[in-house]
Amino acid sequence: MTTTNEQWINVCKPDDLIDNAGVCALINDNQQVALFSLPSQPERVFAITNYDPIGSANVLYRGIVGCQNGEPIVASPLYKQQYSLRTGKCIQEETAVTCFKTRIAEGYVQIFRE
Amino acid sequence: MSKQCRVVIVGNGMVGHHCVEQLIELQQQDVKIDITVLSAESRLAYDRVHLSEFFAGKSAQDLALTDESTYDSWQVNYRTNAKVIDIDRENKSISTHVGESFCYDKLILATGSYPFVPPIPGGEQPHCLVYRTIEDLLAIEKSASTSKVGVVIGGGLLGLEAANALKQLGLKTHVVEFAPQLMAVQVDAGGGQVLKEKIEALGVSVHTSKATTSISRGDTYRYKLIFSDDSELETDMILFSAGIRPHDQLARDCQLTVGERGGVTINQQCQTSDPNIYAIGECALFNQMIYGLVAPGYSMAKTAAQHILALPDASQFSGADMSTKLKLMGVDVGSIGDAHAKTEGALCYTYVNQPAGIYKKIVVSEDNQRLLGAVLIGDTSEYDTLLQYKLNDITLPESPETLILPMAENKPTLGADALPDTATICSCLNVTKGDITQAIDQGSCTVADVKSCTKASSGCGGCAALLKSVVDSELESRGVEVKKDICQHFPFSRRELFDIVKIEKIRSFDELLTKHGQGLGCEICKPTAGSILASVWNDYILANEHLALQDTNDNFLANMQKDGTYSVVPRIPGGEITPEKLIKIGEVAQQYKLYTKITGGQRIDMFGARVEQLPEIWKTLIEAGLETGHAYGKSVRTVKSCVGSTWCRFGVQDSVSMAIAIENRYKGIRAPHKLKFAVSGCTRECAEAQSKDIGIIATDKGWNLYVCGNGGMKPRHADLFATDLDDTTLIQYIDRILAFYIQTAERLQRTSVWLESLEGGLAYLQQVVIEDHIGICQSLEQHMTEIIGKYQCEWTTTLNNPEALKRFKQFVNSDESDENIQFVTERNQIRPATEAEKSNQVIAVEVL
Repeated sequence: MTTTNEQWINVCKPDDLIDNAGVCALINDNQQVALFSLPSQPERVFAITNYDPIGSANVLYRGIVGCQNGEPIVASPLYKQQYSLRTGKCIQEETAVTCFKTRIAEGYVQIFRE
Repeated sequence: MSKQCRVVIVGNGMVGHHCVEQLIELQQQDVKIDITVLSAESRLAYDRVHLSEFFAGKSAQDLALTDESTYDSWQVNYRTNAKVIDIDRENKSISTHVGESFCYDKLILATGSYPFVPPIPGGEQPHCLVYRTIEDLLAIEKSASTSKVGVVIGGGLLGLEAANALKQLGLKTHVVEFAPQLMAVQVDAGGGQVLKEKIEALGVSVHTSKATTSISRGDTYRYKLIFSDDSELETDMILFSAGIRPHDQLARDCQLTVGERGGVTINQQCQTSDPNIYAIGECALFNQMIYGLVAPGYSMAKTAAQHILALPDASQFSGADMSTKLKLMGVDVGSIGDAHAKTEGALCYTYVNQPAGIYKKIVVSEDNQRLLGAVLIGDTSEYDTLLQYKLNDITLPESPETLILPMAENKPTLGADALPDTATICSCLNVTKGDITQAIDQGSCTVADVKSCTKASSGCGGCAALLKSVVDSELESRGVEVKKDICQHFPFSRRELFDIVKIEKIRSFDELLTKHGQGLGCEICKPTAGSILASVWNDYILANEHLALQDTNDNFLANMQKDGTYSVVPRIPGGEITPEKLIKIGEVAQQYKLYTKITGGQRIDMFGARVEQLPEIWKTLIEAGLETGHAYGKSVRTVKSCVGSTWCRFGVQDSVSMAIAIENRYKGIRAPHKLKFAVSGCTRECAEAQSKDIGIIATDKGWNLYVCGNGGMKPRHADLFATDLDDTTLIQYIDRILAFYIQTAERLQRTSVWLESLEGGLAYLQQVVIEDHIGICQSLEQHMTEIIGKYQCEWTTTLNNPEALKRFKQFVNSDESDENIQFVTERNQIRPATEAEKSNQVIAVEVL
């Protein structure tokens, strides 16, 4: 939870990620971020808020990762709505989660906070 | 119509009985219908269509369509052995041969027909019999017991049925037919020839173009038949089956109009020339035609009943299609419409495969546009399609012959959307395409739903394929996806994927995706593949290569609740638990402040565990001798039991021991959906086994096995699968049934729906499992043995695997807990706080 510069934040070590599945990290402000490692995608790591706005619980990192028409998604483990990992938009309902840019730098997985 | 209406029905054959049923079913409250049934036979209605099964082991009771207590409960008066001898139309009364008389407001003649016995000298001796009633069958059976050879005179449909009966009685059987071919009414000469060859191959001698001139004493056997060409045939017994004649004497005696060649003339309401008298079934003549099949008889019965009850929009009888499809001595025979191409200008297409004994002909109109008729021998698979072309006057494809050619390229199949709403899909239960559409409009969305809603395909089942295509096409037209592909990543059904995994020995999702799929997978195909891999190989489901496949429940070996916490269910086999274990469960719940509740499956569920608490909780439980209950898996859950003969005064078997043995045998087995079992120790059924996937009920001789029941959203009573089994056979059958289900069911298909979707249903499952009809029992048992042998308590394995344990925390970078999980107290236990209850708290996610 150290800050390297103003906007890129370290969230965890690359080893903490699980390929094709999710983990959750706690950053400052008690923000929960769900992180997904998808080695086949150019972005490699995706990050979204962990809170499921439909199920009202912090569970998205426990969802199953996959793709829908080529778009990488995670399905909520509660009611199975799919969220795009690129845009955060929910595919079935009019709602969305927040997405973060990610990178692996300085031995950390980092997300960009605007 | 008066407020009371006396209806007298003369005759209690299939059609007469159907009319009773219709009157009972359709009667309105404002009119009291007082029904009297008079049967000249000694018993009430029975199934004459399946008469020959009497010799295959069916009893008179099996063939019965009703019984005295049913008629009593309907308040139907009835007399058996009551032959009506007089109708007094003026006084509206009838009288029987014993002098009893009955008054009527409406009279229905359902007197049926009698077998025509040609006037052959010597034909009235003993052992010269007919084939129509159960009494006839008893006489045939008696005669056959002192006979070696039997002859049926008449090679029509009924004659061949009768020949089958003689064959089943072990007699050397001959069929003698006056015409140059068999089944001359329904089948053309070419088809008759193929039929003859097939029947002779079954060991029945067929003699066509033979007119019997006399029957005299035989040299080797009892009688000798002498034919017009001076040839002879010796036999011990003779069955006449030379056609039927309507029983119309009563009608003649009271001057009702009858046809020149017999039959009581009726109008479209099935009324005779006296409007208060109706005639239905084989005694009735409509449009110069006698309808000798049961289906038109049933429609007449319905029409008459509706007219008598003066129902609005009552149906009319306007003739019936005489197309038939049947199995005669195992030979498939189908006949549609103008089988003999008698229509002017008719054209024929014929396909003959003599070695295989297949003959197919279609008769089309002069312009090649419409199907007029067809004959199918040896293979009736195109019957349904052809019948729809005929009944609905559908335009034929450009090359009509492709309809009957085997393996024709681009063989046209009649799209279900080409059928009009009036098209009959299930002729047994008279279900039209319109009825099916309506069922779908009202919410049915699978073949099984439509089946239970409309009863379509629950008769002979011959229309199953057609029904499915209608349902699929209707769903498709409503935008419902009906592809069997499980999702966009795999163009396969679960069953196909199962076969692929098994045959190609695929061990991981990645391998399956690389070889047969595309994209990354999704929340549908990943758990499905995970379940299949577990069903086939039963590896540890949290092994690295399977980890990303599981739904969260499987992934954290617990059941996620609405707030993201989990519930924990230890296995309590058969619901039996020691006080020590019970106390330990209580202590764990106390220590971690969990909410406890007894489940429907006789176990204890502990709610409110945070993900990071799960390993500690399980460590304590496992140390106390408990193990995982697999409540989180699509797998065998519980075996519920009653206390059984050990304690219960009424128990006849030890249901608890059996339940424990079964639960321990099948625990943890992954299946397309969850599986629940139960064992009851006696017929009082306290364990409610008949609502379970596998239900076992003790008998004084062993166990009765019930299959494919379920509670849930759409309850289904389990079907009785086998009776009085010993322990070994019981387990063997369950092994086979479960393995077959696991291998063939679709994704998330419970056993109840799976059974409904099996073509042939329960009987087919019994054939596969009991008779080894398709020769797979050994491999089913082997499959089951393999997965049982690889059982592990997944929690024990996980606790010994530091890598797997790392995942049991909310945050990879912190040991804190999820702040959003909050509880309040209710009835001295915790429950999740509502959003309102939480609202004065700071919720992390809202900040950004």
